[in-house]
Amino acid sequence: MTKKIKLSELGSLFGGDIEALEGVKIEGDVEIDLGQLGLNPQMAYALGHETAQIAFHLMNISRILGYPVEQMGAAAPQPKKLSKLIESKFSVGRIEEWKTPIQEVVLGATSSDGGSRKSTVTLGGEGSLPYYFDSPMPHRNHITMDVFDMPINMAKAVKSNYEDVINSPAEWAKKVVRDFGADMVTIHLISTDPNIKDTSPADAAKTVEEVLQAVDVPIVIGGSGNPEKDPAVLEKAAEVAEGERCLLASASLNLDYARIAEAAKKYNHVVLSWTQLEINAQKELNRKLMKQCGVARENILMDPTTAALGYGLDYAYTNMERIRLAGLTGDTELNFPMSSGTTNAWEAREAWMVSSPLKEDSDWGPREYRGPIWEIITGLTLSLAGNDLFMMMHPGAVHVLKEITQTLYGLKETEPVNIDNWVSAVI
Amino acid sequence: MKLNSPLQVYKFLPQINCAECGDATCMAFAAHLIDRSKKLEDCPPILKDEYKKKYLELQSLLAPEIREIIIGKGERAKKIGGDDVLYRHQLTFFDPTAFAYDVWDTMPETELVERVNKISNFKKFYVGKFLTVDMVAVRCVSGDATKFAGAVKKVSETTKLPLILCSLDPAVLKSGLEVVKDKNPLIYAATEKNWGEVSELALNYKVPVVLFSQDLDKLKSLALTFREMGIKDLVLDPGTYPQGKQLKETFEKFIKLRRAGIKEVQKDIAYPIMAVPLNAWAVYKDAVTASYWETVLASVFTVRYGDIMILHSLEPYAMLPEVHLRDTIYTDPRTPVKVAPGVNEVGTPTKDSPVIVTTNFALTYYTVESDLSSNKINCYLAAVDTDGIGVEASVAGGQLTAAKIKDNFQKAGFDFKEKTSHNTIVLPGLAARLQGDVEDVTGLRVMIGPPDSGRIPGWMEKNWPPKPK
Repeated sequence: MTKKIKLSELGSLFGGDIEALEGVKIEGDVEIDLGQLGLNPQMAYALGHETAQIAFHLMNISRILGYPVEQMGAAAPQPKKLSKLIESKFSVGRIEEWKTPIQEVVLGATSSDGGSRKSTVTLGGEGSLPYYFDSPMPHRNHITMDVFDMPINMAKAVKSNYEDVINSPAEWAKKVVRDFGADMVTIHLISTDPNIKDTSPADAAKTVEEVLQAVDVPIVIGGSGNPEKDPAVLEKAAEVAEGERCLLASASLNLDYARIAEAAKKYNHVVLSWTQLEINAQKELNRKLMKQCGVARENILMDPTTAALGYGLDYAYTNMERIRLAGLTGDTELNFPMSSGTTNAWEAREAWMVSSPLKEDSDWGPREYRGPIWEIITGLTLSLAGNDLFMMMHPGAVHVLKEITQTLYGLKETEPVNIDNWVSAVI
Repeated sequence: MKLNSPLQVYKFLPQINCAECGDATCMAFAAHLIDRSKKLEDCPPILKDEYKKKYLELQSLLAPEIREIIIGKGERAKKIGGDDVLYRHQLTFFDPTAFAYDVWDTMPETELVERVNKISNFKKFYVGKFLTVDMVAVRCVSGDATKFAGAVKKVSETTKLPLILCSLDPAVLKSGLEVVKDKNPLIYAATEKNWGEVSELALNYKVPVVLFSQDLDKLKSLALTFREMGIKDLVLDPGTYPQGKQLKETFEKFIKLRRAGIKEVQKDIAYPIMAVPLNAWAVYKDAVTASYWETVLASVFTVRYGDIMILHSLEPYAMLPEVHLRDTIYTDPRTPVKVAPGVNEVGTPTKDSPVIVTTNFALTYYTVESDLSSNKINCYLAAVDTDGIGVEASVAGGQLTAAKIKDNFQKAGFDFKEKTSHNTIVLPGLAARLQGDVEDVTGLRVMIGPPDSGRIPGWMEKNWPPKPK
């Protein structure tokens, strides 16, 4: 049915009662095609705003008057009452582009493999983003806890856990494994920094031996971050830890990475390939480690840098997610497991400062609770981007991060909960 | 959106390069439409009658894959949904997750008002702006429609924030809607059981509505049915289980819904998704543990596709990480990480004001700048070009060196003898190891500031002005 009327005729259509059109100025004499009329916003635009308003009113009034307007509007679905749900099935496909799995890397070696660890840790092997249904994640996330070879400045909430072991790396290592559930231990040889204590590589190696004797989990050996000194320190440490498949942290583009790669090859360790929030630099360093230094694929782990929540986590997150997606879709210079220096979260002032330095802020509340959650959320966010190994510091943060990552991984069985009536729950 | 190159957009534009939109050419404007930094309505000519066909076509081609819906009215009204990509680096995420905190109708009035004010007034300064939270969810715990309406009334008198009315009883929702019918609240929720009556409410009051079902087939059925009835402003709640395998399944449902909406363009379920981290309180009774776990759930679903969520804990240690993570995920990755190198004035520096050094990493620079200006410290602040790397990392990586610092002041034409009375430079505490080098290279007196710029005020009290040699 198509009937054309002119706007000037609208009034007569309603028997002169046009209260609903008050305030509407009609310019010109526009012809409306009722056959196309509906509450269609596109049509409404086509008619111009004012005429559209009239059209709406016309529809409403017509409905009240009993005109069969629903049949008039063919362009858009009209509100209509349904008495039963429209049956439907939901389905969604898998991501076909994720064809290249992430490299598997084993840390630690047991006696049968030439080491002295009781257990090993396997990272990588994923065929999809973490916890996705496309392809089950073969290995859970792991946590390595920080141990330092000398007392360092720590946030109060962290320090209170370590006061009894702060002068003994071996006791410190035992404590994080025994009491805090660390999967691994990282020994940071920071005293070797020429600007700190300048202890010798030989002294550092002795510390590494002590830690290897104190615990039977795989370990990470970290330098001081001094690019001139680290190669010598890591070489010596690698030598005394021969065969243990430790993670040497780190090889980077601003130091002599070839020496660290050589030490890893010679003494059977894994290299941590560390770059600063730059996917192309990560590709470059991985390529150099493989092609130029001859490090085998199963001996490379990446640290693309962790920035704390509120202090660049957006870059760290997206950098990791891009690296993981590139790996899954076939970039074999980037498909390695990743490690995060999650402890960096404690650099955020929100993690350690007593209160906000800005008067305008709402109260920050007790810092004892702020610090651990800052570490948890920093780690959790990166776990969703694809990070495999977390270097952490606070035992409470370790506990919670384990709980959520292992839940999403599928290890946690709990009693089913009914959430149907959360709306009326008394909390 | 259905278009992915400026050229495709250009075909629909007037192509007259009138520059009324602020861009010199229609092609430049087309590029802004593609990256969504401008709106079609910024082009006056295309709004004219002669272009209306193209306007309408382009408008529908440019619409985001996930329906964008508005909750509330006025300046605090909130848009949710609106996304076009699955990963933020592919463009950016739009319409940050809306955080609604709950109140309930059995609260004594003074407590209710206090809680609402706490939600409305929460703010955290961050890089030149305040992070805030968005909505109040009023839950009907009493089961009493009159009581619920009373609570809704009190809340709406207390805050301008949009409301979510929460009850599975249509009669209760109706009595709440009567109170705030002109405020465009979101109603929660239509289920398999009550959808008939709730759909009527959504139609009659013209409000957005949440569909709630843990079964994705049923959720899609509800969405199809509502759409067929002419209700388009829908939010999907697939249920947020707080722990165990159920939580893993919840995570998978969020991924599936969003993947279907964006990657597979399944229009039938391309709506914003709601998460309810508040369910953490169903399994943890201790307030600290429950707050922690609630924050964990909120974080998972901020990263993976939650567009709106309902939360309970108002503890700062829950809210601070929540708002920061949302900012993290929704910050536009296309904005540069660096500020322009140079020497900038903070406040009105004189010859006796300090000259403070930081890097040109945007986050570092803005943090230092806001700490200085908010504490009314007049000074010169140097942004040294470290390729956008922060202080500690750039010292370690060799991007922040004495030579770079000297170069920065030279390029900026900043002469210490002329601009200062003290010939002194203040280095960040985390760059202390550069002290000797900077003294040698610049010949300036070098002072070491605190490791965190939040402590500059205290540092100034103790150390400034520098004692004469």
